[in-house]
Amino acid sequence: MLIALSMLIFLLLRLTPGDPIDAYIDPNIPMSPAQLTELRSQLGLDRPLPVQYLAWLREALSGNLGRSIQRMDQPVLSLVLSRIGPTVLLMGTALAIAIVAGITTGVISAVRRNSPADLSFSVLALVGISSPAFLSALVGLYVFAVRLNWAPSGGMLTPGAAFSVSDLLHHLVLPAALLSIAQAALVMRYMRASMLEVLNQDYVRTARAKGVAEFWVIAKHALRNALLPVVTLIGSTIGLAIGGAIFIESVFNWPGMGLLLVSAVETRDYPVIMGATLIIGGCVIVVNLLTDITYAVIDPRIKVG
Amino acid sequence: MNAPTEPILDIRGLRTVFRTRGGEITAVNGIDLTVGAGETVALVGESGSGKSVTSLSVMRLLTRNIGSIAAGSIHFRSKDGRSRDLAVLDEQQMRQIRGDDIGMVFQEPMSSLNPVFTIGDQISEPLRVHRNAARKSAMEAAITLLEQVGIPDARRRAGQYPHELSGGMRQRATIAMALACDPTLLIADEPTTALDVTIQAQILDLLLKLQRERGMGVLFVTHNLGVVAEIAHRVAVMYAGRIVEQGPVAEVFRNPRHPYTLGLLASMPKLGEATRLKQDGQKLAAIPGVVPSLANMPGGCAFSPRCRFAIGACQAGVPMLESVDAVHQSRCIRWQEVGQ
Ligand SMILES: Nc1ncnc2c1ncn2[C@@H]1O[C@H](COP(=O)(O)OP(=O)(O)OP(=O)(O)O)[C@@H](O)[C@H]1O
Ligand SMILES: [Mg+2]
Repeated sequence: MLIALSMLIFLLLRLTPGDPIDAYIDPNIPMSPAQLTELRSQLGLDRPLPVQYLAWLREALSGNLGRSIQRMDQPVLSLVLSRIGPTVLLMGTALAIAIVAGITTGVISAVRRNSPADLSFSVLALVGISSPAFLSALVGLYVFAVRLNWAPSGGMLTPGAAFSVSDLLHHLVLPAALLSIAQAALVMRYMRASMLEVLNQDYVRTARAKGVAEFWVIAKHALRNALLPVVTLIGSTIGLAIGGAIFIESVFNWPGMGLLLVSAVETRDYPVIMGATLIIGGCVIVVNLLTDITYAVIDPRIKVG
Repeated sequence: MNAPTEPILDIRGLRTVFRTRGGEITAVNGIDLTVGAGETVALVGESGSGKSVTSLSVMRLLTRNIGSIAAGSIHFRSKDGRSRDLAVLDEQQMRQIRGDDIGMVFQEPMSSLNPVFTIGDQISEPLRVHRNAARKSAMEAAITLLEQVGIPDARRRAGQYPHELSGGMRQRATIAMALACDPTLLIADEPTTALDVTIQAQILDLLLKLQRERGMGVLFVTHNLGVVAEIAHRVAVMYAGRIVEQGPVAEVFRNPRHPYTLGLLASMPKLGEATRLKQDGQKLAAIPGVVPSLANMPGGCAFSPRCRFAIGACQAGVPMLESVDAVHQSRCIRWQEVGQ
């Protein structure tokens, strides 16, 4: 899986116009074609593509993802790893917001179907799903950071200040909330539909017939069943959310993988692009695995393993 | 089978309506029905006649915002001896009655158990809700109940999920669940319809045994007259939202006084008769025509379009429930001729 992904990226990068060699040379120093050819063979760029790929793969498997071209020869692995933390923090917070907000509003909408609350949540979800990420990110940045000045407009920590959790949270809230919008809206719509279906099931009526209080009929008997499809949805949106995260990170200058990837693409830093994509792909696979495990935990009809 | 007299359930003039897109329909239209303590009353009738709506009305479990009780009273005597009208009770009081004073068993054992909780958890839930029982003692009680409903290896079964049990076992489990708090009234809505014939007989035997042991009143909903003969003291026959005939089972079977009951009895195969008829190339007598839709009910007697006794006077108005004798009534203006 990961190998297939790396092959694809490798191929795509090489198919894009431009020559990797450009990244190594200083345009201000003229080089003769002979010098260029020498540099090429030194870097291995004259070999056929499959050979180049296998060379990269052999190194990658032993934990060496190469060195960054642009960033003073830093090893790609440590560069990428240092960016995982901030991205996981940002996406994790966004995910938590999306789950809590989406599930709560979805359940309320289903239980109070066609009420004013249901209508407003449904309209909000529709707006959330249909507004493109760049629009909500820029509007959010403008309104909350620039006009209202509720939150800083970028970065993860105040530069020069001592580290404090509250400072981190202060920087985190706005980008995380904006990143969560699309996911929260999706979760809400799925939760509402799933809950409406479950509320019509016989076992919900059975629970009522036992004298279970309505709150517990919803929160215990219906919710657990209604969550099943939503868990699958959440798992599959995380892959999509990575796209949003890359964007939010560049808008808010959040020092995560997204920012790294964007600047690497801008400067044609091939080893970094390869490494970052590979790690992101690995994370997506892990998340999907976790989703399947969660599903098996809440649905006894599925055996783990 | 002697029916005790004092009713624990006394339904008077119950009318239940549904607001649908096509307008309001009356699914149950002025029903009078009583169930005595320790008495089994069968409610029979074709699909759509309003049997389930009647039992859901008693439990006040009609689909909210769609179904509601429009008229009538449902007096029920709870364990503490108080008699209250369930039709007007508030939700909080109703909840205390559900699962405690009245237990309910539904038709589909597959879908009426929650797939994500264990059998033991679901059976012990009424005890935790109504008796404030601790999880552990409630679970022990659930295991005892499972034994009482004839589930072998009850302790292991209690830890299993519904999908791990067969249909018959699941229905035993839902019966155990309905009986957890020792209700004085059990409402069983076609509890055997979804099961194999052999399992059906076992479940009926079980219900009969439990009813005798516990002296519960039972409202037994079915469309199978064979079942009625086996388990009920009295029978009420429903047609299009009304009771058209009621009385003691033996009396109604021997001496039916409504053409619809007559038809139902004629279409009921006696043991071995179905095969004999088939060999003779004959068909089982069926009632001609179909049940009228509730949205456009014919004027007068609802059964008259399908009735071979029908005369002009049948269209004049909905017939009264007339007394055949002290315990037997028929909603037919020609009941005297029907009996001949
Ligand atoms: N939720 C509902 N919404 C609208 N109409 C309903 C609803 N439930 C029942 N009805 C109406 O009430 C009528 C009687 O339904 P009911 O379920 O009581 O029939 P039944 O006698 O139990 O039939 P069956 O043998 O099929 O269970 C139906 O024909 C239907 O038109
Ligand atoms: Mg029914």
